[in-house]
Amino acid sequence: MPEQLVFAMEVFLNGLMAGVLYALVALGFVLIYKASGIFNYAQGVMALFAALTLVGIMEGQVPFAHLINAMFGTEIHHFGWHVPALLAILLTMVVMVGLAWLVNTIIFKHLVNQEPIILFMATIGLAYFLEGFGDIMWGADIKKLDVGLPQGINEAIDEVTYGIFDYGFFIDNLDIVATVVAAALVFTLIIFAQYTKQGRAMRAVADDHQAALSVGISLNFIWVMVWSLAGFVALVAGIMWGTKSGVQFSLSLIALKALPVLMLGGFTSIPGAIVGGLIIGVGEKLFEFAIGPMVGGATENWFAYVLALVFLVFRPQGLFGEKIIERV
Amino acid sequence: MLDASEGYTTEDGRKIGGVVMEMKNITLRFGGVVAIKDISFDIRQGEIRAIIGPNGAGKSSMLNVISGFYNPQEGEVYYQGTLRPPMKPYQVAQQGIARTFQNIALFEGMSVLDNVMTGRIRQMKAGPFAQALWKGKAEREEVENRAVVEKVIDFLEIQAIRKTPVSRLPYGLKKRVELARALASEPSILLLDEPMAGMNVEEKEDMSRFILDVNDEFGTTIALIEHDMGVVMDLSDRVVVMDYGQKIGDGTPDEVRNNQAVIDAYLGVAHD
Repeated sequence: MPEQLVFAMEVFLNGLMAGVLYALVALGFVLIYKASGIFNYAQGVMALFAALTLVGIMEGQVPFAHLINAMFGTEIHHFGWHVPALLAILLTMVVMVGLAWLVNTIIFKHLVNQEPIILFMATIGLAYFLEGFGDIMWGADIKKLDVGLPQGINEAIDEVTYGIFDYGFFIDNLDIVATVVAAALVFTLIIFAQYTKQGRAMRAVADDHQAALSVGISLNFIWVMVWSLAGFVALVAGIMWGTKSGVQFSLSLIALKALPVLMLGGFTSIPGAIVGGLIIGVGEKLFEFAIGPMVGGATENWFAYVLALVFLVFRPQGLFGEKIIERV
Repeated sequence: MLDASEGYTTEDGRKIGGVVMEMKNITLRFGGVVAIKDISFDIRQGEIRAIIGPNGAGKSSMLNVISGFYNPQEGEVYYQGTLRPPMKPYQVAQQGIARTFQNIALFEGMSVLDNVMTGRIRQMKAGPFAQALWKGKAEREEVENRAVVEKVIDFLEIQAIRKTPVSRLPYGLKKRVELARALASEPSILLLDEPMAGMNVEEKEDMSRFILDVNDEFGTTIALIEHDMGVVMDLSDRVVVMDYGQKIGDGTPDEVRNNQAVIDAYLGVAHD
C-alpha cells in the first residue's frame, strides 16, 4: 500500500476521534434547543465551568479563595484533602443540577414566550457571567485534570497496524475512551427520550406548551431537567477536553467549533450532532493533510466554518434538521 | 327545579348525579376589562353541560378558569366538594380535568399513538430507570396504559391513522385526535372548547356522535363550548348562556330557548 494512503488512513481515524469531541459539545446545544427553542450560547462555558468545578472539588480547592484572602487578609487556598474522582464527578453533577435550577428560576422562567433572539441574548449574558463567576470561584490558572482516564498511544493498535502496513498508527487512548463514552451517552439519551415518561414529557414540551400543560406536565420541571441534562453533557465534554488539553479558559471557545457542527447536522437532531461532528473532525484533518502544505498550513482554524457556509447555501436546515416549510 | 344534592333524570332516561364542580361568584378581569362578571353555575356527574353565548361573551375564559389556565380575581371553585386553591394548569390536569383547545394544541411532531399516550402521563408512576429498562412496575404500567389508549383509539375510529404523524392529518381528524388524548387520561371532567369549530356538516355529525357516545359509554362528565346552536340544543342536558361576561340564562335547552334575555342576546338588542 502506498505510504501516502496509509498516512491518510491514520489522519482519517484521528479525525473521527476529534469529531467525537466536537459532537459532545454540539449535543448539549441540540438538547436545549429541541426542548425549549433556546440556542444556548453558554454551552461551551458550561463545559468549562463543569471542568473547573470538578478540578476544584478533586483538589480540595477553597471556592472564592482569592476573594476571601483579599477581603480578610487570610492565606487559605486548599482544604488539604483530595476527593476521589468518581465522588467528585457526582458532586459536580449536583452543582450542575443546582446551576440548571438557578438558570431556569432566575432567567428563563421570566422570558417565556419571548422572541428567540431575546432568549439567545440572555444565554450570551449567561456565558459571560458564568465565565467570570468560574474565574472568581476557582481562579484563572491552567489546571491539570486527571480523573484516571487512560492517555497516550494505544499500543495494541500500534502493533496491529504495524503488522499490516509496516507503519504503526498513533491513536490516543483518551480519544478511544471519548468515543465509547459519547456513544454510550447518545444511546442513553435516545432511550431516555423515547421510552421514559420524562422523555415523552420533554418531547411534548418541545412541541407545544399549552398541550403539554393540558395533559399535566409541569413546564418548569421539564426545563430544569433539560438544563440539567445539558449540564451533564457539558460535564462529560469538560472532562474529555480538560483531560486532553488542560482546564483553561480557552475551553469555552470550543463552543464556537460546535456551531459549524450544528449547521451541518441540523439544530434539532441528536444523530445529526454526531454525524456533523464526525464530518467536521475528519474533514478538517484530511484537508489539513492534503491541502494544508500547499497553502502554508493552519487550515484547521477556518475549514469548519467554510464548510458550514457551503452547507448554509445548499441545505440551510442541515443534514438531519427539520425542513422549514411554510404553507401560504 | 333541581334538587341541590340528588341529581335528576334526563328526558332520554339517563341518571345525572350530584355536583362535581361548582363555580361560585367567579369574576375575572384583564386590567380594566371584565371578562367574567360574578358568574355561578355547577356541573353534575355524568351530564353534558354546555356554555354558549355570542362572540366575546367570555365562554373560553370560563373554560380557562375551570382548567386553571386563568385564575379568577374573585370567586371560588369547588371540585368534588372541596374548595380548590389557585392552581397551575398542569396541577388541574393531574386532578383529572382534561381539555381540548379551540385552535387545536397537538404535538405535531409525534404520531397519533404517541399523542394519545401523552394523555396517560399522569398515570405513569414508575421511575425513569425502570421505564428505560422495561422492568417490573414499568412494564405492567405500560401494558395497562397501552390497553386504555387502544380502547380509546378504537372507540374514536382512528385505528387507520395511529402511526401517522399528526402534522399530516386534516383538520377534522386532528380535532378527533385531540379528543382521544383528553379521553385517554380517563378524566372525571372533560372540557371541550368549540369541538366543532371549522368543521363541515358531516364532521360535525361525527363529532356529535362521539361526544354522546363518550358520555354514554364511559359516563364521562362533559362541559363544552359551542357556537352552533342546533348542535348545542341537541347534545346538552343543561346550558349556561353568557353575554358580555354575565350569565343571562341557565337551564335545559327548552328553558333556555324560551328565555327572553337569551333571545335578545342572539338577535341583538341594544345594550344600555
